[in-house]
Parts: sequence; C-alpha cells; structure tokens
Amino acid sequence: MSQTSIMGLYVFVLGAFVGWQVLSKVPHLLHTPLMSATNAIAGISLVGSLVAAGSDHDTLTTVLGCLAVTAATINVVGGFLITDRMLRMFKRRGPSRGTR
Amino acid sequence: MTTTDIVQLLYLAASALFILGLQSLGKADTARRGVRFAELGMALAVAGTLLHHEIVSYHWIVVSIVVGSAIGTAMGLFIPMVKMPERIALSHAFGGLAVALVGIAEHHRHGSHLGATALTAVGLEVFLGALTFTGSLVAFGKLQGVVRGAPITWRAQNVLNLLGVALALGGVAYLVTAPATPYLLLAILAVGLVLGVTLVLPVGGADMPVIICLLNAYAGLAAAATGFALGNNVLIICGALDGGSGLILGLMMSRAMNRSFSNVLFGGSGAGATGADAAAAAPGGGERGAATISTVEDAAAVLEAARSVIIVPGYGMAVSQAQHAVRDLAAALAANGASVRYAIHPVAGRMPGHMNVLLAEANVPYEQLFDLDAINDDFGRTDVAIVVGANDVVNPAARTQRTSPIYGMPVLAVDKATTAICFKRSFKPGFAGIENELFTKPSTMMVLGDAKDSIAALVREVKGAAAAGHERMAA
Repeated sequence: MSQTSIMGLYVFVLGAFVGWQVLSKVPHLLHTPLMSATNAIAGISLVGSLVAAGSDHDTLTTVLGCLAVTAATINVVGGFLITDRMLRMFKRRGPSRGTR
Repeated sequence: MTTTDIVQLLYLAASALFILGLQSLGKADTARRGVRFAELGMALAVAGTLLHHEIVSYHWIVVSIVVGSAIGTAMGLFIPMVKMPERIALSHAFGGLAVALVGIAEHHRHGSHLGATALTAVGLEVFLGALTFTGSLVAFGKLQGVVRGAPITWRAQNVLNLLGVALALGGVAYLVTAPATPYLLLAILAVGLVLGVTLVLPVGGADMPVIICLLNAYAGLAAAATGFALGNNVLIICGALDGGSGLILGLMMSRAMNRSFSNVLFGGSGAGATGADAAAAAPGGGERGAATISTVEDAAAVLEAARSVIIVPGYGMAVSQAQHAVRDLAAALAANGASVRYAIHPVAGRMPGHMNVLLAEANVPYEQLFDLDAINDDFGRTDVAIVVGANDVVNPAARTQRTSPIYGMPVLAVDKATTAICFKRSFKPGFAGIENELFTKPSTMMVLGDAKDSIAALVREVKGAAAAGHERMAA
C-alpha cells in the first residue's frame, strides 16, 4: 500500500469521526435541511469530474466528464438553494405577515 | 509555492469550511450561516480544481456548468416543499451518476497505470455510484407513485441480492489483478445498476426514510472512493461526512421503527412481509369494536371546550397538503384560549424531518414542534389530541400487544389523551397492514375524508362557534 493511500485512510477515518461528532448533535427539527446540505456538499465530486471534462484526453472522457459535471452542478447549485429556502422558513416566533 | 500547493491549501480551507458549515447547521439560529460557509468552501474547491495542471480546455466545462446551474437553479427555486423527499431521492441519483461516470473516465484514461488502491477505489466507486443511481431512481418512482409503493418481493431475494454484492466485490478484486480490462469495469457497473433496483423494490413506502438515508450513505461512500481513486483529500472528507450523515440518520430512523439496522440493510423487507401476514391473519379486521364516526361539528364542539391540544401530523397531512389548514386550526384554537403544541414522530412522513419542514412552510414557529421524547408524557394531561393522517406512529399496539409486528416501536401515546380526534381518508390500515385499536377506542372520534377539506371546515366551525359565543356574551 502506497504512502498516499495510507494518508487517504487517515483523512477518511478522522473525517468520519469529526462528521459523527458534529452530525449526531443535529436535532430532528433540522434533519431535512441537513440531508439536503450534505447532498450539496457531496456535489464535491464536481472536483473529480472537472478534471475529466477538461483533460482533452479523448471524446469519450470529455463526454463522460461533461455529463458528470452537469449532474454534480445540479446537486451543488440546487442543493444549496433549496437548503437555504427551507431554512428561511424555520421561524422562532409566530407567523409574521407579509413575508409570504 | 507551486500551483499544486495552492490547490491543496484551497482544498484544506474548503474542508474546514464544510465541517464548520455542518456544525452551524446543528442550530436553527445559525443554520443559514452554515450554508454560507459550505457554499464558500465549494467555491474555493472548484476554483482550486480549475487550476489543476491536467485541465487544458475549458469550453466544455463552462457549457456543462452553465447547463447544470440552470437545471439546479430551476429545481432549487421551484420544487414545492411537499416534493422534498422526491427531490432528495433525485439528487442522490445525480450524485451516484456523477461518481460512476468519473470512475469510468478515470479508468479509461489511466487504467493500466493505476495502483492497487486506486483500482480498488475505482471499482467500488463505479459499483456504489451505479447502485445509488438506480436505487434512488426507484425510490423516486415509489415516492412519485410511478412505481408501486408497496413492497415488491420475490423468491430468495436476499440470497440473490447478497450474491450480486459478492459478484461485484469479486469483480473489484479481479480488476486489481487485471487493470487493463474495461469490460470488467462495465460488468461491475451493470451489477451495480441491477442491484440498485433489486435492493429498493422490496422496500415499502413507509420505510422510505431509512432507505433514503441509506442511499445517502452509499452516495457518500462512493464519493469517498472517488477521493481514494484520485488521491484527493477534500473528496475523501466530504465522502466521509456525507456517508456519516446518511448512516447516522438511517440509524436514528430504524431505531424509531424498532427495526435492526441489518434488517433494513438486507432489503428491508421485514415490515412488508410481516405486515402482509398480519393482514392475512385478520381478514375483515376480526373482532374489532365499532369506531365512532364523527362529523366536523362534533369535533368542533369537543375542541371548543379543550384547554390543551396536541396535534400529531403524519404522512397523510403531506399527501393532502393540509399543513396550512392545520396551522389555521391551531391559530383558531389558540385564539379560543387553548394551548396548542405539535408532536412529531421521527419517522412520520417519508424522510427525516419531513413534518418539520412542511409545518415550517406553513409558518408554524418551530418552538411549537416537539420531539417524541419531549412530549410523550404530556398526552395523559391533554384534553384533545388531533391526529392528522398518522397511523402506525400512534398505534398503541406497539406498547401493549406482544404479537404485533410493530411491538416495541416507540409510538406517540395519543390514546392517553382525554379525547383523540383522528382525521383519516378511510379505514385502510397503515404500511405495516396492522389494525389500529386507537381508531376503535370509545374515546376516539374518527373524521373520515380528505384531511385538508375536513380541517378547513373544522376551522370555520370553531371560528363560527367562537363568534357566536362572543355575541351571546354581548347580548
């Protein structure tokens, strides 16, 4: 096993621990926005698809890469927008007229 | 400092911002700031990637990003809140698709030069990505009603599914020894695509919260595998975070249904099968007592006298989009002097937090929303519990009947309130196919019909009664 993959495992395991600590504190109230936000963040696969789409290797790679970039961008843009739209609705006090 | 160093530092900053963002998402006050952090992190990561030395042409990238942003913006702005479970399922499908395609492209470009770790990662990435893609599409179809929502089962499904998983893992292992075989990767892809369908078809509609969380976890793991394949740490971290959140939510959901996680993992057919058995064992409902069918007027009369009210929403509220009517009812009762709160069961609806989002959409302040543990002891001191389209999460059999398929599942103790008013479309049993003795209790009033229409009529009735009362006082 190479040095990089060992480092990768370090990052994965520590990332999973931090994630577990942070995410298990999120209340039921916010579970849908949480899911929608982690969804948008998982659109980070954009990072991998950008390299494939722009590498100019051959047509197949470009097509696969472009499809992947499109799908990931939908998730990133749509995910962040809808998370914010949801969170805007969560209000502490009673109905405030005029905001609808 | 080389360009590579700058890119790596940008990735590091992005990772920190993602974690910071998720931490802020833990509180309603700071949640929107959390989204800003995560957005900034994403912008940094994308900017860093565009500096990558392997990227030589940008025009197709720009086209794809513009198209993706347009579709994403349209979906983000116009999808109604009631369709959130469907949107989440679709986004899992897109995520899985992107990851699978990246894996194939990576293998196509570097196939024979990849090391053992990268090859394993590519194989897993393609397998999990494909599985997430079709699995999420089937979940979407079930939520939309395109695919039958009830469990679709067949002989030896768990054995066949496990064989499929073994086949895919064997394929990944073989890929490491024979890297330059594109057809092998395509075979892994095909197995993943098929398994996604066969793993989700047996899952019933009400088990959707768990399966959506699981698909989320698979999508996260697939993204992490991409990180290993490309040697990219920010991908690994985001994959771990996404996979972790799916896993945590899935565990919470299955605990709230008193199902073991492995039961859900291996096809989740348990509830469906036992439910069918239970329904078959009790044709026509057996010796159930007669339910008290009430009119909206009866319900209004009871509510007029109520000082404390707890509203219990279920999936039926989402189906008939009754959340605004429910909010109006709560306001009318509060104007009448009653204390009104909402009790939210963790698995009410089709995804974690489904009811909270719908009620927030209807302008219900979140301070009135209470979790199962926080409110369950109060039902005994409550005048009226109003059940809107919930069934299994209020079934007292989970507490009392050892033979019931849902025995042991934590349920809201609606039956302990002085009176329960249940809004229900018909007497059809819930997902588990079990009779609900709450509906036949003498202290329960059943109001049948569309929840939105019934509750809107009830609001008029309550307001009218209050107005008449004022006139009497004035006279």
